[in-house]
Amino acid sequence: MAAFKRYKWALLLLLLDVAVYFWNQSLGISIFMQTTDSFMQMLSFIPPVFIILGLLDTWVPREKVVSHLGPGTGIKGMALSIFLGLANAGPLYAAFPIAAVMLKKGSSLFNVILFIGAWATLKVPMFMFETQFLGGSFSVTRWICSLIGISFIAFVIDRLLSDAEKEAIYVKHQES
Amino acid sequence: MDIVFFYGLAAAGVLWSYTKDRKKTKQSMKKAWKAFDGILPAFAVILLLIGEIMALVSPAAVTAVLGANTGVSGMIVAAIIGSVALIPGFIAFPLAKTVMDMGAGIMQVAVFISALMMVSVVTAPMEAQLFNRKVVLWRNGLSLLFSFVVAFVLGKVVG
Repeated sequence: MAAFKRYKWALLLLLLDVAVYFWNQSLGISIFMQTTDSFMQMLSFIPPVFIILGLLDTWVPREKVVSHLGPGTGIKGMALSIFLGLANAGPLYAAFPIAAVMLKKGSSLFNVILFIGAWATLKVPMFMFETQFLGGSFSVTRWICSLIGISFIAFVIDRLLSDAEKEAIYVKHQES
Repeated sequence: MDIVFFYGLAAAGVLWSYTKDRKKTKQSMKKAWKAFDGILPAFAVILLLIGEIMALVSPAAVTAVLGANTGVSGMIVAAIIGSVALIPGFIAFPLAKTVMDMGAGIMQVAVFISALMMVSVVTAPMEAQLFNRKVVLWRNGLSLLFSFVVAFVLGKVVG
């Protein structure tokens, strides 16, 4: 019953497809062919993506890394922040609680914004999806552009904020 | 080719993990299954939807709204959709390929993808709680502009 509930939308659409088939046979067949096509394509590469996801999740030690991202950590801090961001798969809002921990532990604002950017657009599993569907030249070009873009954005925002504004952000995340 | 690469990468990862720590490997596999199981219902829906879109929507309609010759106006439409929508990449990429196959331009699709991933209007209040309004406005604003930059680069490199 729980499974039924989870798949109710899929079942509804499937029902719609069946109805279309009875209404217009050739259209129904064309829908069926397109659906099986994308289904097979998906099945052929999804398992490794999720296996890599699981491995990243257990092997990337977030708590340990976060304490090495303070101001003045330079290139190493930048690289770690980006790495923290890209070794993930969740939606952007799942990055916010982690970013809050980073702020609490004293990561520089630049590194936190960099982390958010990397999470948003450089994630490894998404990159694999993108490569599969839109091709390697599309995904690699976009990945490299994005790496430059998020660094630039983090840099600009870091410069735009006054020390007082930054301080106010840190105060919000201090342990009470 | 990509498939061989993905499976190779996953196999290498598992092998490496297994030699280092069996328990962690098992835990990883459990997490992998849980994540897969979690997105499967949404996935099934998008697969069915793609089948329906491809059979029902005419390529001419897609080309009219998002075709390569719609230029900047098509890109703006794509940017707005991408900024407002909260679609996971698992769903966005197959969808992007579908509309591209149906005649959408590469630059329009690129703007959509970048805006979707980097600009998030819906979660902006959450983000403002984390930082402040100024950071959120700048991060999302610059990301939106940047989506167009990426699209132009992609149009030159890939298109």
